[in-house]
Amino acid sequence: MKIVVLAKQVPDSTEITVDKATGTLVRDGVPSIINPDDLAGLEAALELKDKSDDVVVEVLSMGPPQAAGMLQEAIARGADKAYLLTDRRLGGADTCATSRTLAAALEKIGYDLIIAGRQAIDGDTAQVGPQTAERLNLPQVTYVDEIMEIAPDHVKVKKSLEEESQIISVKLPAVITTLSGMNKPRYMNCNDIVDSFNNPVEILTYDDLAADLPMETIGLAGSPTQVFRTFTKDVTAATETFNLSAEETGKKIAETLNEKQLIKK
Amino acid sequence: MDFNLTEQQKLMQKLFREVAQAEVKDNAADVDEQERFPKENVEILRQAKMLGIPYPREYGGAGADYLSYILAVEELSKTCATTGVVLSAHTSLGTWPIAQYGTPEQKEKFLKPLASGEKLGAFGLTEPNAGTDAAGQQTTAVLDGDAYVLNGTKIFITNAGEADIYIIFAMTDKSKGNRGISAFIVEKGTPGFTIGQHEKKLGIRGSATSELIFNNVRVPKENLLGGEGKGFRVAMSTLDGGRIGIAAQALGIAEGAMEETVKYVKERKQFGRPIAKFQNTQFVLANLQTQIDAAKMLVYRAAMAKEENKPYTVLAAEAKLFASEVAMDVTTKCIQLMGGYGYTRDLPVERMFRDAKITEIYEGTSEVQRMVISGAVLK
Repeated sequence: MKIVVLAKQVPDSTEITVDKATGTLVRDGVPSIINPDDLAGLEAALELKDKSDDVVVEVLSMGPPQAAGMLQEAIARGADKAYLLTDRRLGGADTCATSRTLAAALEKIGYDLIIAGRQAIDGDTAQVGPQTAERLNLPQVTYVDEIMEIAPDHVKVKKSLEEESQIISVKLPAVITTLSGMNKPRYMNCNDIVDSFNNPVEILTYDDLAADLPMETIGLAGSPTQVFRTFTKDVTAATETFNLSAEETGKKIAETLNEKQLIKK
Repeated sequence: MDFNLTEQQKLMQKLFREVAQAEVKDNAADVDEQERFPKENVEILRQAKMLGIPYPREYGGAGADYLSYILAVEELSKTCATTGVVLSAHTSLGTWPIAQYGTPEQKEKFLKPLASGEKLGAFGLTEPNAGTDAAGQQTTAVLDGDAYVLNGTKIFITNAGEADIYIIFAMTDKSKGNRGISAFIVEKGTPGFTIGQHEKKLGIRGSATSELIFNNVRVPKENLLGGEGKGFRVAMSTLDGGRIGIAAQALGIAEGAMEETVKYVKERKQFGRPIAKFQNTQFVLANLQTQIDAAKMLVYRAAMAKEENKPYTVLAAEAKLFASEVAMDVTTKCIQLMGGYGYTRDLPVERMFRDAKITEIYEGTSEVQRMVISGAVLK
């Protein structure tokens, strides 16, 4: 059973600021982390590996060379192998080109189950996992917050919806997308960190995938989405001031929430 | 000189930061307030295999480098100086002498459980009348058949009672002065070995600091460490390394106080604007950050020299002297920037200020460090 986790390196959002002049994220000096939804997916895969010697966990990322550090961390956490797809020709890819490229890499490295995080905290599109499933013609379950059972031919998961959960059994191979909060990712330990450097991240380039991937379908050229401008939306909420007793305040809050249909009476 | 951490050191640092921020930080105030030994933190260090970072894998350690261990003390001390010193005393003082001077049998029996974190270590040199003047040891060890019989009292011992394995110094031949001191490995539970009074302290209040009392304690002959009469050398070389650990603790305290203060001055408003906008705040922070960076260079330099088997006695003394005084200065000035709130226990800098003071005292006072450094300058 080979589980491949798709991971993206993202800036740590708790320390991120936006450059008001350019509308872009200020990445200088901001620590990079494994995207939280992806880290949850990795942890879920490692928990399956803890339970069964047959499970092999590999991690795949597309990104700049420095993303190798994140993949080294994935190995230190317990992944058996990690691949970094890095190549200037792949740069500037939107989700469409990214999923096409990842799908080609996945075909190359093989898989039984693909786990992607629901969405990345920098782009927030939630598109790469589902698109990758489509490109590989695989069934997919998104918003998974628990892997309940895994067998050679299927996986049973709990999909979290806004007000309910669905328990879904899906035939393998398949893609699932996972939610941070579904588990508490384990810590690395010092021994595993030392050992991880005996298992270096394998670098893949466009040349490894070129046979199935024409140049015009990758990178900037293969990306139909063009970002013209990014800006932060100023949040301005109208405020009203009331001078009320505690009891009246409680009533007023309940009435207002009910009016706005945020609670049901 | 390369100031960059290696990829491995960076990953180690990330682990230490996660552990310190997600686990250790939350109970630091409670550990201080209750004056309780942070057992839960030690358990986390054990699981993360942080209790034997620089020791070989064959002896239970992580097989990493010395600077990685120093980074661990630094990161822990940013949030809880007590936990920082538990690790430092265990690794530098309780474990290192066995790794350095132990026989293969001693390493097998004692280094393995220490470096793997199964057991905790401590170091007993200081006595009521032998502090800076370590040669004034009054604890005695007399050979009687297959064992040395120890009698005497040690004071101010870190990890006392919590540790399982103690490196204890005693006079085997009083007539020889320094050359009459020997080191012994003493296990907790050996008949006649008891833990005395727990000290109530200004800072690092969760650290277990107590007397060790030896009353006709029979220590097997094979637990003599480094040979008879070699104890002074064992002690001094151990403290050289220990000082880098304490320097890292001091550095961590200073950095922790700085982080809290930077957050505070951006939020705290007076005269209609955050106090970070006032030049006094800016200039004070600029000076403190410069001091912290300078301390970091000295601490890392000493750690790297030790890792590379270069002489580090003077480098360690400089690092500890400077970093501990920086910790005192930074915490003092951070409280000043925070005013009345900084003086209360609602904010952690009050604790950091109290924790900083000990770094100028233990494992060689600042005055001892000046003796070491000036000795090298004037030789």
